[in-house]
Amino acid sequence: MFVLGALVWAAMPAAAQKKPVAKAKPAAKPAAAGIPAASLALGKTLYAQNCLSCHQADGGGVDRMNAPLTQTTWVLGDKTPLVKVLLNGMQGVEIDGERYANVMPAFDYLTDQQIADVLTYVRNSFGNKATAVKAAEVKVVRAANKK
Amino acid sequence: MKSATSRYLLLSTAVVGSLSLFALKNEYKIVADADNAGLKLPAGFGALKVADTGTRARHITVTPQGTIFVKLNRPTKEGQGILQLREGGTGKATVVAGFGNYGGTGIYSTKDYLYASSDEEVFRYKLNAKGEVTNPTQPEKVITGLLNRQQHESKSITLDQAGNIYVNVGAYANSCQVKDRQKGSMGRPNCPILDSAGGIWQFRADKLNQTYGDGTRYATGLRNVVGLDWNAQSNQLFVMQHGRDQLHDNFPELYDSKESAELPAECLYALNKGDNAGWPYTYFDPAKNKIMVSPEYGGDGKKVSTGSYLAPAMAYPAHTAPNALLFYTGTMFPEKYRNGAFIAFHGSWNRAPEPQKGYYVVFQPFKNGKPAGPYEVFADNFAGTPEKANAGRPDHKPCGLAQGTDGSLYVTDDKQGSIYRIVYAKK
Repeated sequence: MFVLGALVWAAMPAAAQKKPVAKAKPAAKPAAAGIPAASLALGKTLYAQNCLSCHQADGGGVDRMNAPLTQTTWVLGDKTPLVKVLLNGMQGVEIDGERYANVMPAFDYLTDQQIADVLTYVRNSFGNKATAVKAAEVKVVRAANKK
Repeated sequence: MKSATSRYLLLSTAVVGSLSLFALKNEYKIVADADNAGLKLPAGFGALKVADTGTRARHITVTPQGTIFVKLNRPTKEGQGILQLREGGTGKATVVAGFGNYGGTGIYSTKDYLYASSDEEVFRYKLNAKGEVTNPTQPEKVITGLLNRQQHESKSITLDQAGNIYVNVGAYANSCQVKDRQKGSMGRPNCPILDSAGGIWQFRADKLNQTYGDGTRYATGLRNVVGLDWNAQSNQLFVMQHGRDQLHDNFPELYDSKESAELPAECLYALNKGDNAGWPYTYFDPAKNKIMVSPEYGGDGKKVSTGSYLAPAMAYPAHTAPNALLFYTGTMFPEKYRNGAFIAFHGSWNRAPEPQKGYYVVFQPFKNGKPAGPYEVFADNFAGTPEKANAGRPDHKPCGLAQGTDGSLYVTDDKQGSIYRIVYAKK
């Protein structure tokens, strides 16, 4: 699994903060088995609009300020805490021995489907490979998340 | 002060960038690295890597006796938050001691004391005649109880010539929104953060256990200052502000991502007691050359502020993160550098999706204690390649500056812990 991830990583344009394509082309990126291509495409657009400026085009985050999304247990592990990060925001949580100073705001105004799509994209980009997140799963977490 | 009057001689060499420097006194010889430590410098300058410490080296100071102290963002495994280095004959240095089991940024030395800050307190250590710390485990606590809420947590310090110490307390927010960094969230009225942060506090440098009540809020409306220095010519404190982030993220209907990458400028301020630089109510637009109303407080990208806020003394590209400011008083560098300012730009992240920028040391000319003329990039290519800079994935990030006893310029890097020394060689 890691080897596969590394291959995807290597195949990505190394250069850099490219201006995101407004309209993602599902055909451009072969979807991993069981990952809906439409979800990945929509997720990519949502990532560019909501996440990229802090987490960066390569998902690597910013040293000690904005958390990386590459190969972390937060991204690849249990989906419930990951969905909660988007619903509630995050600050000061230690990730793999490192703290990140900036506040991540809540993205609770995104729909269940949007949260599912962007998380599916993040879990299958930047060298990551993990199962898709479904809107129904987000709905359950949101219902239990009443603050 | 043995090397203060050393003279340097550039030996003839056919290889571009290969610079060998020899002092004529005391057989003290400083040799620039063949590749100038990877840096791009103006003609006549050379650079060497003094040490690769593998730490998060923040600010740096060199005592009048030539001892180098570096403050680390977090202590080493051995519990050393301050490193003491000693140079050998060629300018390469080794770590000879480490102490202070706390992370932080600020460090400053006089001939008698070493001052260092954690993210909540400022300590001082007595220096002996050799410029060495004699009581590493028993510093005096000069200031305590400063606010640290993780964001903009570093407490940078500098001293004036009248026994005062100045400390930055950064605002724990981007723009004092009701919900920090939340799209569309408006500003909190009469921003309460400014009571205890978002400014520079002045304390006595020789009084112990001072808290907010013992100090003075010297200047306010400064979001976060990491680089600051006292200008002895104008007898005035100068600071570099880290400007606000995320105009496009939070107000996409008012700013596109290109505008957001260029707004606001990173600003140099010449402070007087009681000044207000306008954060969070305003930001500086360098293209319009105007202080603008922040969108959180009713601005629309066009509304010019009518408040009485301090105008910047000079403006630099947005989001490039000025982490150190140093007024150069040495004589090694040519005349034009004397009493001017060096500024270390740590480099941006908030210009994405536009290319990132920074990762260089700038020279800002000064005349009679005021900025005079445009800045120039002095030491470049800390990133390693332009592609790495554009991607925001640099090899090194300049963070601290210090002037050596001979007038050379030290630069720290908090990405890999490299310590650079830039020298000038005159025929």
